[in-house]
Amino acid sequence: MQKPAKLIFAASAIAVLLSATLVPVSASAASVEEGKKIAQDRKKGNCTACHAYEGANMPGNAAPPLVAMKARYPDKAKLRAHIFDPTKANPNTIMPPYGKHGILSDKEIDAITEWVHTL
Amino acid sequence: MKKLIIAIAALAIAAPTVSQASPQSDLNKMKRHFAKKFPGVKYQDYANGIYAISKSRRIEWESMEEFPPYEPGVEIGKSLFKKYKVGKCFKNGGIGIKQNYPYYDGKSGKVRTLEGDLMACLKRNGINTKNEKLQFGKGKFAAIAAYMAFTSRDKTTKVKVPKGKARRIYNKGKNFFYAKRGQLNFSCADCHVYNAGVTLRTNLLSPVLGQTTHFPVYRKKWEATGTSPLHGFGTIQRRYSGCNKMVRAKPLKPKGGKQNQSYVALEYFHTYMSNGLKINAPGVRQ
Ligand code: HEC
Ligand code: HEC
Repeated sequence: MQKPAKLIFAASAIAVLLSATLVPVSASAASVEEGKKIAQDRKKGNCTACHAYEGANMPGNAAPPLVAMKARYPDKAKLRAHIFDPTKANPNTIMPPYGKHGILSDKEIDAITEWVHTL
Repeated sequence: MKKLIIAIAALAIAAPTVSQASPQSDLNKMKRHFAKKFPGVKYQDYANGIYAISKSRRIEWESMEEFPPYEPGVEIGKSLFKKYKVGKCFKNGGIGIKQNYPYYDGKSGKVRTLEGDLMACLKRNGINTKNEKLQFGKGKFAAIAAYMAFTSRDKTTKVKVPKGKARRIYNKGKNFFYAKRGQLNFSCADCHVYNAGVTLRTNLLSPVLGQTTHFPVYRKKWEATGTSPLHGFGTIQRRYSGCNKMVRAKPLKPKGGKQNQSYVALEYFHTYMSNGLKINAPGVRQ
């Protein structure tokens, strides 16, 4: 499940390299948008309930703001793993285990990971 | 959807490891936790829920209280209380007794809640609760309970937990309170102990201290579901259902005219955490 995301990411990077003048309307950009939508949807990620991030509408303050994510998570797989099951890092966390409890599908978690990585 | 929630709830209730300290030391610990968390809050003010910890929300609330929206409903509750002869089932004619609930009844070996005793009373008095639309949790039934709580205003919550079976039921409630549950994996304590004062989106989380003093509660949200003054009322166990659903856990509904024993145990522990605080029911909430 990690593969498609990586593939898409690699593909888009290549596309950008090949043609710096083209606007990169890549698959990755599409999944970033999709990830953002899922993150904001109350019935899906609802990340805004707890996390502030750039452009968040009325976020809660239960969790640290999502900033500088690429710098803090150079390894996207680690970021994804945290969203999949945050109880691994902290069994008492209030962050829901999105993957482990089937709150979101693998594809949705991939998309959210793409989006979080842009913050 | 419902089935899915049930399946997940069964999966997701992790057994917590809570210590078996005495109820009094549990309460002392809880009070110390909040004294540290909210140093400016006076202890009796915890009976006012989020309004004890938010100045701006308190102003909204005080303006709601100027014309208490629950008053017409409490009047109806009072007339139903008389009509169904509820007084004869209770000590002191049912007036000013809420502060002693829930209590452990040695004869039956069970914990009794005010609402449980009220339902038993209606049945004993030969009332056809179905035809009269008297059901746990809301409407006419909750209005009678709200009237009874109203007559107990300013009395101090005084729940007793003797050693033995009562203590075991208390511990069962305590376990329930600290256990993570539901698809979203939250315990009551996650929201109302560790994260009290935090906002989830725009919902400010209230401290567990004082959560029971103003129940049955009168909620604007429930009021908006109908046109009668009775729609706003809800019992504490109705609220438990709501908080369980919020985390996609299965709410524990009454069955066969009896409350769920896990919720009864929860109410026993939960109300003990308000010992020392004054009854101020029915409270107004959003
Ligand atoms: C109910 C609260 C809550 C929700 C909803 C929530 N989180 Fe979190 N999140 C937390 C908390 C609290 C932490 C802090 C660390 C911990 O407790 O695990 C955290 C930590 C994180 C971290 C690690 C941050 C760091 O600084 O290392 C990431 C990444 C994250 N969350 C992403 C998300 C995403 C993406 C979503 C939505 C799909 C989400 N969270 C939804 C509460 C939440
Ligand atoms: C995901 C967070 C969350 C969880 C878990 C949760 N609650 Fe709540 N609860 C809330 C919110 C939000 C409110 C409304 C604001 C407030 O008063 O705290 C609330 C309100 C309440 C109230 C009413 C308070 C008042 O002043 O009227 C009670 C009582 C309550 N919760 C008890 C519980 C119990 C018991 C549990 C566990 C079975 C629980 N809650 C689990 C979020 C939660």
